[in-house]
Amino acid sequence: MLELAIKGSKRYYGWMTFLLAVIGAGFLVYLWQLDFGLGITGLSRDASWGFYIANFTFLVGVAAGGVMVVLPYYLHDYKAFGKVTILGEFLAIASVIMCITFILVDLGQPMRVFNVFLYPTPNSVLFWDTIVLQGYLLLNIIIGWNVLEAERNNVHYQRWLKPLIYLSIPWAISIHTVTAYLYCGLPGRGFWMTAILAPRFLSSAFASGPALLVLLCLIIRRVSSFDPGREQIQSLAKIVAYAICVNVFFFLCEVFVVFYSQIPEHMDHFKYLFVGLYGKGAYVPWMWASLTLMVIGIILTVNPLTRKNEGVLAVACVLIFLGTWIDKGLGMIAGGFTPNPLHHVNEYIPTLPEIMIALGVWAMGFLVLSALFKIAVGVKEEVRA
Amino acid sequence: MDSSRRRVLQLLGLSALGLSVKPVLNAFAEEAEQQAQAQIKRGENALSAQQWAMVVDTRAFESEDDFAPLIEACHKIHNVPVLENKRHEIKWIWTDHFHNAFPGKAARFLSEEVEKRPFLVLCNHCENPPCVRACPTKATFKRESDGIVLMDFHRCIGCRFCMAACPFGARSFNFRDPRPFIKETNKQFPTRMKGVVEKCNFCAERLAVGQLPACVAASDGALTFGDLYDPASEVRELIRTNFTIRRKQTLGTEPSVYYIV
Ligand code: SF4
Ligand code: SF4
Ligand code: SF4
Repeated sequence: MLELAIKGSKRYYGWMTFLLAVIGAGFLVYLWQLDFGLGITGLSRDASWGFYIANFTFLVGVAAGGVMVVLPYYLHDYKAFGKVTILGEFLAIASVIMCITFILVDLGQPMRVFNVFLYPTPNSVLFWDTIVLQGYLLLNIIIGWNVLEAERNNVHYQRWLKPLIYLSIPWAISIHTVTAYLYCGLPGRGFWMTAILAPRFLSSAFASGPALLVLLCLIIRRVSSFDPGREQIQSLAKIVAYAICVNVFFFLCEVFVVFYSQIPEHMDHFKYLFVGLYGKGAYVPWMWASLTLMVIGIILTVNPLTRKNEGVLAVACVLIFLGTWIDKGLGMIAGGFTPNPLHHVNEYIPTLPEIMIALGVWAMGFLVLSALFKIAVGVKEEVRA
Repeated sequence: MDSSRRRVLQLLGLSALGLSVKPVLNAFAEEAEQQAQAQIKRGENALSAQQWAMVVDTRAFESEDDFAPLIEACHKIHNVPVLENKRHEIKWIWTDHFHNAFPGKAARFLSEEVEKRPFLVLCNHCENPPCVRACPTKATFKRESDGIVLMDFHRCIGCRFCMAACPFGARSFNFRDPRPFIKETNKQFPTRMKGVVEKCNFCAERLAVGQLPACVAASDGALTFGDLYDPASEVRELIRTNFTIRRKQTLGTEPSVYYIV
C-alpha cells in the first residue's frame, strides 16, 4: 500500500515539500542545539521543562483522542464510524511519533537514551511512559495497517487482530494517564499535585483529538473523492462537545479546591497564570484566551444549530484545538514550575530556536500523517471505484 | 561507586567461589580464593555512617560574607562553573532568605535578624528522595552504605525528571559545556559535560579518604557532619540539645540537613 503515499497530485507534492522544508529548518536548529546544548532554549534551573515537554504532553492527548472513533465502532458496534476508524488510528501513529521525537529533542544526552532500557527502573514513571507510548505506537501500526489492507482486498481482517483492537482501547487511556502521573506524583509541585490531573488530561484529549479529526475529515472531503460522511462528522462533534464541557468542568473543580482552601502552594501557580504573581505574568493573556476559546467552543458545539453548520463547526474545532493547546501546551508546564520550589518567580519564555525545533517536529508529524491519510484515502477511493 | 561495576565484581566473586568448591578445580583453589575477594575496598581512613547528616547552626552566620568561603570551597573543588547567564546557572550550595529556604514556615512578622540573615541551602540527601524515585536510569541513586544521594554523570540522559521531582531546587543542569567556565580545574574531581544534571554529593570523594565535606571544613564549626543513626554522634548531640527544623518536612522526603535557628 505504500505506493499510494508517493503517487499524488501536484498539490500533495507541494504540501509535502513545504513540510520537508520546515522539518529541514527545524533539524538545522536541532543540530545547533546538539552542539551547544539546551542553553539555546528558554529553559533554566527553575523551569527545567518547557515547550518540548508541553507539546509532548498535548500530543499524547491527541494520540489518545484517536480512540474516540475506535471505541464506539468496536465496542458499541456503531457502524457509521467504520469509515473513519482508520483515520483515528493513523492520527494516533503520527501523534505518538511526534511525542517520542519531542522527548528525544528534550534530552540533554540523547545518545544515551537507551540507558532507559539498559537499566530499567520500574519506580520511574518516565520508564513506564516510554513503554506505554511505544506499545501504543506498535498497536496502532499493526491494527491500522492490517485492517486497511483487508479492506483493500475486500476481505474481513484477521481474527487475531480483534484482541489487539480491544487492548488498544484501555491502552489509549493508559498513555495519557501515565503521562499525567509524570507530574501529579511529584511532592512540592502544588500545581500538578491533584488527582484530577489525569482525568483533566483525558477530557482535554478527547476534545482536542476528535476536534482535529473533524477538521481532517472536512479537509479530506475537499481534497479527495472520499467523503468521511456527515453523520460521522456530527457524531465526532458531539464527542468534542461533551469532552470540552467535562474539561472545563474539571478545571473549575480544581479552581474551587485551590481557591476555597487557599493553600498558597497550590494557589500561587494559578495566580501566576491568571493574574500574575509579584508583577510577572507573561501567560496571563494566553490563559484567559484559552478559557475564552474553550467556552466559545462549548457554545458552538453544544448548540445543535451551530454544530450542524459545518462551516461553524470547523471554526469551533479550531478554537477548541487552540484553547486546549494553550491550556496544556503552554500553561500546564510553565505554570507548574512558576513560582519555583523556593518561591521565586523566574518566568519561562520559549526562545525562537526552541520554537523552530518544535515546529520541525510538528511538521514531521504532519508529514507522517499526510502520507498515512493519503494511503487510507487512496484505499477508500479504490474500494469505492 | 558505580553500582553496575560493583555488581560485575560481585558476580565475579560469586562465580569464583563457585569454582573453588569444585573438587576438580582444586588446583585453582588458591587463585579462585583470591578472586573471591575481588571487590572495591574501602579506603583505610574512609569515614562511614548509616546515614550522613548535617546540622547547620544558622546563628553563626550573619551576612553573605560569612557564607562565601564555604560556597567557594565547595564550588572550587567540585569544578562548578561560573556562568553569567542566570538561566544556565549551576550551584551546589547557596544562600537564600528565610521565607525562600523555608516556604510556608515564615510567620507574617519575623524577628528582624532572621528576616535579614541569609540561610544556607544545598541538597538534603533525603532519606526518602523523590529524585531517586523519578530517575528512569538510576543515574541518581541513594547509596545504601551511607545514605548519600549520588549521581552517575556518565549514565544521566539529561531528561531532568529529577529536577522536577526535587522539592528543594537542589539540582542544576548543564545547559552548555561547563568546562570553559571553570576558573581553575581541580584534577581530583571530574568535570561534567553538557546535558547532564549535577548537585551536591555530600563530598563522597572526601569522605572516602577520611576528610569531612569541604563546606563543613571551611565553616569554623558552624556546620556539623555525622551519622544520624549513631546516638553518640555529634549531629545527634546537637539535634538533642537544640531546636532544629528541616526544609519542607511535611512532604515526607526526610531531609538529612537540620537547621538550628
Ligand atoms: S534535596 Fe532534592 S536532590 Fe537532594 S536528595 Fe532530596 S530530593 Fe533529591
Ligand atoms: S536527568 Fe539524569 S539523573 Fe535526572 S532523572 Fe534524568 S537521567 Fe536521572
Ligand atoms: S557537602 Fe560537599 S558537595 Fe555538598 S555542599 Fe558541602 S562541600 Fe559542596
